[in-house]
Amino acid sequence: MRWRTPRGGAVRRHTAPPLSERLGQLLQRLPARTSSAAARPVRTTLPTLSQPLSRQFQSYLLRHLQTLIGTLGDLYRRPIATLLTCAVIGIALALPAGLYQLLSRVGELTKSVDEAGQISLFLHAHVTTEQAAALAQRLQRQPAVGHIEHITAASALAEFRQLSGFGAVIDTLSENPLPELLVVRPLLRQQSAEQIERLLGELRQLPEVDQAQLDIDWLQRLYAMMALTQRGILILGLLLALAILLVVGNTIRLLIQNRADEIVITRLIGGTDAFIRRPFLYSGLWYGFGGGVVALLLVESGLLALAAPVSELAALYHSQFQIGHISLSTLLLLPSGGAVLGLCGAWLAVAQHLRGSDPQ
Amino acid sequence: MIRFHRVCKRYPGGYEALSEVTTHIRRGELAFITGRSGAGKSSFLKLVALVERASSGQVVVNGYDLGRVSRYNVPYHRRRVGFVYQEHRLLHDRTVFDNVALPLVVSGYDHREIGRRVRAALDKVNLLRYERAYPVTLSGGQQQRVGIARAVVNRPMLLLADEPTGNLDPELSREIMSLFREFNHVGVTALIATHDLALIRRLPHRILRLEGGRLVADVQGGER
Repeated sequence: MRWRTPRGGAVRRHTAPPLSERLGQLLQRLPARTSSAAARPVRTTLPTLSQPLSRQFQSYLLRHLQTLIGTLGDLYRRPIATLLTCAVIGIALALPAGLYQLLSRVGELTKSVDEAGQISLFLHAHVTTEQAAALAQRLQRQPAVGHIEHITAASALAEFRQLSGFGAVIDTLSENPLPELLVVRPLLRQQSAEQIERLLGELRQLPEVDQAQLDIDWLQRLYAMMALTQRGILILGLLLALAILLVVGNTIRLLIQNRADEIVITRLIGGTDAFIRRPFLYSGLWYGFGGGVVALLLVESGLLALAAPVSELAALYHSQFQIGHISLSTLLLLPSGGAVLGLCGAWLAVAQHLRGSDPQ
Repeated sequence: MIRFHRVCKRYPGGYEALSEVTTHIRRGELAFITGRSGAGKSSFLKLVALVERASSGQVVVNGYDLGRVSRYNVPYHRRRVGFVYQEHRLLHDRTVFDNVALPLVVSGYDHREIGRRVRAALDKVNLLRYERAYPVTLSGGQQQRVGIARAVVNRPMLLLADEPTGNLDPELSREIMSLFREFNHVGVTALIATHDLALIRRLPHRILRLEGGRLVADVQGGER
């Protein structure tokens, strides 16, 4: 399509370029970024156009790899600055990660005391041993009930006689004053404290039951405290993640300032935003990754330092509890999470810089 | 090759660097833009290289209306235009080779092709033996030649130069000018901004004269 300027010169406007050219443009744009598919008024006649797609993709990957290694080399040449930045990121990551690690270990510890949440059903005095056994069988079929122990009045009396030393006094009684007792262990592992409370309420409604007891308060308090701590760690983690974004962003901003001339020149000779952004993004990635590794070391050494006193304390409670090592998920999550945060921080800094330097 | 139609360039604050400039520079031509400092020479070149956009009017380069080039496509336009600056604009922490290679690196050439082209460009400006040197160790004239090598390494069809001889003595200036003329001889359109009238008056090329942002003269040089 052609149209004429007022001066009479022909000006090409590519509202519909030939297919081969459009294909060429498409190939050309692939490495950089895919954006709106409008027809491009500027042809990009570069030799890469004639290269097959696989070759282009190869060189694209190669360029990324070069930048990845190159930025690592740049950081290596400034070891002190790099270590300091990584250490700041590492501490910011280690705090929530370490606390989370401790909390999850404590959570595992409470799983072993779950069985202490047992409900004692004291039946009415008129309920016979046979009726109690039938009730126990009925309750056993309830899904929330884990295990039921039936302590008959007779066996309870025998035990009491043996343990209390009041044998002679007991012998004077005409009848057994003790009721039948069912000890119900709920399946706590799959259930929350409220569900146990509900089970307790149901059991209390049974006609045979005189009294149902559950000392669940301490368990409820523990769960509430753990939920609170978990939320606290989440908030702390979010705040520190924000701090990491700012730390990386600031570091990258300094890098950008150091290389402002280079950026200006690269833009003037036709470097795309993606090309300019790339080394800074990879620098941010490396900072975050390095910070993640530092955090791993910090958390693991913290756990090692706590291991001996914790097992001593546990031994006083006749427990085999050990604080253990860093979990696999944390091991994988810390460096990768750090890298993602670093990348995002770098992106923010570079995007802000590039936006301010467009042609007017 | 370059067509300006009633082009104005106003900067924030109201200063008008170019007003109502209309001209046409043909393919394969070598033209000089002269005028005092602030006459609009640099703005003229910046509009052609899409370093800046016109406030009004139409700039057409190689058949494309630059006003319609999207932000995303600006780099691709710049790759086809070689630009030589008065202040060289070299990277001082890179070798001569790396400086000249930069336009090829941003275009994604593979390293063998880069090596070949960079050496060819350095050979053309007679600096091949300095490829491993750093720009600071070179003289002003040599640095300017590195800048020229960088501008032509991409084999652009259009070469722009903003006061390329501004800091050089007459001898070196003549040398640089003859380089541009050589490139012009092999078909590159060249547009050179300079205030060194003594140097260009005797050359047989077109001279555009800007004054206060207006095109006041368009003459053929070397006739007297």
